[in-house]
Amino acid sequence: MTNLIYLTVLLPLIGFLFNGFFGSKIKNEKIIGIIGSGTIGLSFLIVAISFFQNLALPVDQRQTIVNLFTWLHAGGLNIQVGYQVDQLSLVMGLIVTGVGFIIHVYSIGYMHGDKSFWRFFSYMNLFIFMMMNLILADNFVLLFLGWEGVGLSSYLLIGFWYDRKFEKSTTSDAAKKAFIVNRIGDFGFLLGMFLIYLTFGSLNFNEVFSRVAAYNVPTHTFDLIALFLFIGAIGKSAQIPLYIWLPDAMAGPTPVSALIHAATMVTAGVYMIARCSIIYAYAPAIMTVVAVVGVLTAFFAATIGMVQNDIKKVLAYSTISQLGYMFLALGVGAFSAGVFHVMTHAFFKALLFLGAGAIIHVMHDDQDMRNYGGLKKYMPVTYFTFLIASLAISGIPPFSGFFSKDAILWDSFTNGNFTYWFIGAFTAVLTAFYIFRIVYLTFEGKERFKQDKHPHEVPKVMTIPLIALGILSAIGGFIGIPELFSGKGGNAFSNWLAPVFKNAHERLALYSGGHSHFEEILFMSITVIGAIAAIWYVSHIYLKNPEIANAYSKKFKRTYRLLLNKYFVDEIYDAAIVKPLIRGSELILWKITDIKIIDGLVNFTAKLVGTISSKIRKIQTGVAQVYALVMMLGVVLALFWIILSL
Amino acid sequence: MENSYLITYLLIVPFIGGISLLFFKKNKENLIRYYGLFISILTFIISLLLYFNFDLNKAGFQFQYHLPWIETSSVHIGYHVGIDGISLLLILLTTFLTPLTLLSSWSSIKNKVKGFTFFMIMLELGMLGVFVSLDLFLFYIFWEAMLIPMYFIIGIWGGPRRIYASVKFFLYTMFGSLLMLVAIIWLAVYASSQLGYISTDLVKLYKIGPTIPTNIQYWMFLAFTLSFAIKIPLFPLHTWLPDAHVEAPAAGSVILAGVLLKMGTYGLLRFSLPLFPQSAVYFAPYISVLAVIGIIYGALVAMVQKDIKKLVAYSSVAHLGFVVLGIFALTQEAMQGAVIQMVNHGLSTGALFLLVGFIYERTHTREISEYGGIAKIVPIYVVFLMIASLSSIGLPGLNGFVGEFLILIGSFKSTVLGSWWYTIFAASGVILAAVYLLRMYQGVVFGKVTNPKMNKLTDLNKREILVLVPIFIFIVWIGIYPSTFLKVSAKSAHAVIEQVIPSQNVSLK
Amino acid sequence: MIIPIDYYLVLSAFMFMVGVTGVLIRRNAIIVFMSIELMLNSANLTLVTFSSYMGNSVGQLFVFFVMTVAAAEAAVGLAIIIALFRNKLTLNIDEINILKW
Repeated sequence: MTNLIYLTVLLPLIGFLFNGFFGSKIKNEKIIGIIGSGTIGLSFLIVAISFFQNLALPVDQRQTIVNLFTWLHAGGLNIQVGYQVDQLSLVMGLIVTGVGFIIHVYSIGYMHGDKSFWRFFSYMNLFIFMMMNLILADNFVLLFLGWEGVGLSSYLLIGFWYDRKFEKSTTSDAAKKAFIVNRIGDFGFLLGMFLIYLTFGSLNFNEVFSRVAAYNVPTHTFDLIALFLFIGAIGKSAQIPLYIWLPDAMAGPTPVSALIHAATMVTAGVYMIARCSIIYAYAPAIMTVVAVVGVLTAFFAATIGMVQNDIKKVLAYSTISQLGYMFLALGVGAFSAGVFHVMTHAFFKALLFLGAGAIIHVMHDDQDMRNYGGLKKYMPVTYFTFLIASLAISGIPPFSGFFSKDAILWDSFTNGNFTYWFIGAFTAVLTAFYIFRIVYLTFEGKERFKQDKHPHEVPKVMTIPLIALGILSAIGGFIGIPELFSGKGGNAFSNWLAPVFKNAHERLALYSGGHSHFEEILFMSITVIGAIAAIWYVSHIYLKNPEIANAYSKKFKRTYRLLLNKYFVDEIYDAAIVKPLIRGSELILWKITDIKIIDGLVNFTAKLVGTISSKIRKIQTGVAQVYALVMMLGVVLALFWIILSL
Repeated sequence: MENSYLITYLLIVPFIGGISLLFFKKNKENLIRYYGLFISILTFIISLLLYFNFDLNKAGFQFQYHLPWIETSSVHIGYHVGIDGISLLLILLTTFLTPLTLLSSWSSIKNKVKGFTFFMIMLELGMLGVFVSLDLFLFYIFWEAMLIPMYFIIGIWGGPRRIYASVKFFLYTMFGSLLMLVAIIWLAVYASSQLGYISTDLVKLYKIGPTIPTNIQYWMFLAFTLSFAIKIPLFPLHTWLPDAHVEAPAAGSVILAGVLLKMGTYGLLRFSLPLFPQSAVYFAPYISVLAVIGIIYGALVAMVQKDIKKLVAYSSVAHLGFVVLGIFALTQEAMQGAVIQMVNHGLSTGALFLLVGFIYERTHTREISEYGGIAKIVPIYVVFLMIASLSSIGLPGLNGFVGEFLILIGSFKSTVLGSWWYTIFAASGVILAAVYLLRMYQGVVFGKVTNPKMNKLTDLNKREILVLVPIFIFIVWIGIYPSTFLKVSAKSAHAVIEQVIPSQNVSLK
Repeated sequence: MIIPIDYYLVLSAFMFMVGVTGVLIRRNAIIVFMSIELMLNSANLTLVTFSSYMGNSVGQLFVFFVMTVAAAEAAVGLAIIIALFRNKLTLNIDEINILKW
C-alpha cells in the first residue's frame, strides 16, 4: 500500500476536478459531499495502512521513496515527482487526511444551503491535494509546489463568498492579503532553494541532507540557507512580522479556518523546518533566531487575543501564538516536541474552530461574543467538546495539549534557557485566560443575545466530527507521555520520530540529562497551577462580576486600545509600506518616469524632427526665381572651387 | 527523415495563401475568414511535420537549405534556412497562435476583413521567416517585413489613438533596425577580409565573429542588441509597447505579445550572443541590470494601471525581463528557462489578451473600475481568467513557474553575472506579479456588481472556448510535464552557451 | 584689323549677365523668357566666335542645335504661361507660388 501513496495525492485531485466540472450540474448536496469527503477518507485509509506497514519495517529502514516521473530537468537540475514515506510525512499525512476528513464531513452540514456548495468542496479537495504534495514530497521543488498550492487554495477559500464585506474591506481583500504576504515568505523560500542548489548541487532531500555532512560548507552558508527557509516559514506559518494575514483570513467560512488556518496549512512551515532539521543543526545562530521569533510571537499574539471580541479573531491569534510555541520547540532542537504539538494543536484547534462555527451558524453569522452568553444549555455537545478543547489548549493534564506544551516548555528550558521557559510559561497562562474567556462569554452567564435567535444544537453531521475531535483532544496526548512519567524510552511518539532527526540531534549534541525530575515536576506544576489560576480568574471577572472586565478596560484605556487594535501593526504596514509603494509607483514611476521622462524623450525626438522640418520647409518658397538664384549661386561657387583647385 | 524543402514549404504556404487571398471578392467575408483559417492551419501542420522529424540528439541546424541568391565574385548572399531546437519551439508557437488569433477575431473584426486576414497571414510569414533565416540579409528582410502588416493592423483596426501608436511602433523599431543594418554591413564587409568575399551567411560568420577585435566587436554587438532590445522590450526602450497594445485590436495584441516580442529575445540568442561572445560576456552584467530593473519597474507600474490591457502590457515588460536575465546568465538551467519562458509568455499573455478581447467585445471598456462582481454572471470566463492569471504569476504546476524557476536558479549560480543580487531583485518580482494580477482579477471578478451594464454579460460562446482550450491545455502540460518541451531545446541551448563561453563543463542531457 | 577674341567673349559674358539679372529680377514672366533667350543667344555668340577663330564650323553647327532647342523651349514655355494666365489671371511671378511648403 505504501507504493500507492501517490493515490493520497491523486484522489483529492480527482475530487477537485470532478466537483469542479460537474458539481454545478449535480443538484444533490449529499453526492457532492460524499465525493468530497470520501476522497479524503480513502486517502486517510491509505495513509493509515502505509503507517502500519511502515511500523513493520526495521527502525533504520523506515523511508520509502515512490518515484513517479521526471518533472524538471535542465543542466544539473533534476527534479522528480517523487513521494517520500517516512515517519515525519506519515504523521503529517495522518493529521492532514484524518482531521481533514472530519472537517469535510462537518462542512456538509455547515455549508448546507449555500448555492456554491459544490465549489466549496472542490476547493477543499484542491487544498488537500496541494497539502499532501507538500508533506509527501521528496524534494524542495515539489514541496514548493504544494507550498504555493495551499496558498492558492487558501486564497480561493478565504474569498469564497466573494461579494461579502469583511470588516473595513471585503473578503477578496483578505484573500489577496493572505496570498501576497505568503508570497513575501515564498520569496525567501526561493532564495533558500537557490542557495541549496548552488551549495549542494541538488534539491532532493536525501541527496542534500547526506551532503550536508560530507561537503565542507562554511557555517555562514548554512546560516543563510536556514534564514531564507525560515523567512518562508514565517510567511506560511504566520510568525512575526508576516502574521498579519491570518486574522484577516477569518473572512472565510469557518471550516476553512479550521482546516487551513489551524490544523494544516499553517503548520507547513513547522513541517518544513523539521524536515530540514539537519540544516538547522548546522546553523545554530539561526536556530536561536527561530526560537526567539517563536516565543515572542507566542507572547505577542496571546496578548492581542485576550481582548478581541470576535470569537474567530481570538482563535486566530491563538493559532499564531501556538505556532510560536512550535517554532520555539524547533529552535531549541526539540523537533519531535514541535511535531507533537502540531498534532495535538490540530486536534484541539480544529475542534475550537468547528465549535465556533457551530455557534456562528446558530447565531446567524454573528461573531461578536458580547452578543452571546448562556449557550451551554442549548448546545450541550458543542459546549462539552469546546470545553475539552479549551482544557487541552490550556495545558491541563491529562488532555493532549498538556503533554505537547509541557514537552516544549521543558525542552526550551533544558536545551535553551530560562527566559524562553519563562515567556513560554507566562504565555501559557495567558492562553488559559483568553480561551476560557471565550468559554465564559459564550456558554456561561447571562444570555445576551436578541430573542430572534433561537439557539439549538447543530445536526449530527456536525456534532459527530466535534465528538471525534473531542476524543482525540482528550486522549491524543497519551502517545507522547514524557519520560518523567513513563520511564526511559517511554515517550512513544518521540522515539518513533527520533530516526528522522537522528543526524540533527547528533550534530546538536544536546545534553539532556542535567536536570532532575524534581525540577521538571516543579516547572510543570507551575504552569498547570498558573493555568488553573487564570481559569479561575477569568470566571471571576467575566462570570461573577462582569463589570470588573469593563473596569479594567477603562482603567488601562491606552493599553486596552493598543491591544484591541492589534498594536496598530496593520496600520503601520499600510502607512509605511503599502501606501508609499502604490503612490510612489503611480506618481513617480508611472506618471513621471514613464510618461514624462522616457516617453517624453521619445516624443521629444519626434517633436524635434517636426520643429526642424517646419523651419527648413520655409526654403521652398514656390517662387521660381528664388530657386534660380540659389542655382546660380551654386554654379558660381562650384566654378570658384574648380578654378581655385586648378 | 530530413526533407530540406520542408522549411521552404513552411514559408511558401502563407506567402501563396496570402497573395491568393487578394483575389477574393471583398464582400465574401466568411469565405475569406475560413480560407485564412485554412492557410494558417495548413502552416501549423507543416510545422508539426518539422517537429516530428526533428532529431532531438543533434545540436546544430537541421533541415538546412541553401540556395545562392545574390552571388558574384565579391558578394555571396544566399537563401539559407534551417532550424534548431530553439527556433522550432518558437515556430510551433507562431503557427499555433495564428489560427487561434484568426478564429478569435471572427466577430470582432467586421470591416475590411480581407485586408485584416491578408495582413495576419503576411505577418505570420514574416515571423516564420525571422525564425528560420540563417543568412543575415534574409533575416533583415523578414525582420523589416513583419513591421508593415503590424503597422496596418494597429493603424486601421485599432483604437482611438491608433495612428500615434502605430507610427511610434514603426519608427521606434525601424530606428533600431537601421543600426542593426549598419552592423550587418560592417560585419559582412569585415568578413570579406577573412573570406575574400562579402558574406552574410550565419554559419560562416559564426566562425568569424568571435575573432573580431573587441573594440569593434563591442559596437557591432551594441548595434544588434539595441535593435533587439527595442523589440523585447527592454527597459528603458519599452514605451512603445503600452501604446501599441492598448490601441491594437485584440487579435493584434495577441500576436504582438505572443510572438513579435519573442523575436527580440530570439535575436539575442541567435545573433548577438554567438556572433559576439566576448561582448556578450562583457555587457552581460549591464544588460542584466536593465533586465532586473525592467522586472521590478514593469511590475510596479502595472500595479497602478486602470486599463487592463496596459496592465498586461507592462506585465510583458516584467516577464521578458526574466527572459533576458536568463539569457545573459549563460548557464544551462537559465538558458533553458529563458527558452521555455518565451513559449510560456506567448501562451499566458496571449490567453490574457484573448480574454480581455472577449470581454471588450461585449462591454467596450477596459477600465477595471467599470467592472466588478462578474464572477456570478460569467463563471466560465472567470475560471479561464484565473488560470491565465495564475500562469502569469508563476504558480507551480502551471507553465510560468517552470520558466521562472529555471531562470532564477540559473542566474543565481551564474559566474558571468557573478552576484546573487540579480536573482534576489528578480525574485522579488514574483511578489509583485501576484500584487498586480490579483488586484486586476479582484477588481474585475470579485465584489458586488457595481455597474448595471455588467448584468447583461454573456458567457463565452463555443467558438471562444475553442480558441482558449488549446492554449490552456499547453499551459497545464508545460507546467506538469515540461520535459516534452525542454528536451527540444536542451541541445540547442547548450550549443549557444558553448559558443559564448566554450567548455563550460556543464552537465547536459 | 582682327578683333581679339577677348572682346567677343566679354560681350557674350555681359549679355549673359544681363540675361541672368533679367531672369532673377524681372517680375513679368514674358520678360523672364526674353532674358532666357538673351542668355541662350549669348551662348550662341560665344559658339560662333570660337567657330570663327578656330576656323571650323563645329561651333556654328552647334548654334543650330541651340536655336532649335531655344525655339522649342520658348514655345512650351509660352504655352505654360498662357495656361497659368488662364488660371491665375496674372503674370507676376511672385504671385505664382503655389508649389510651396
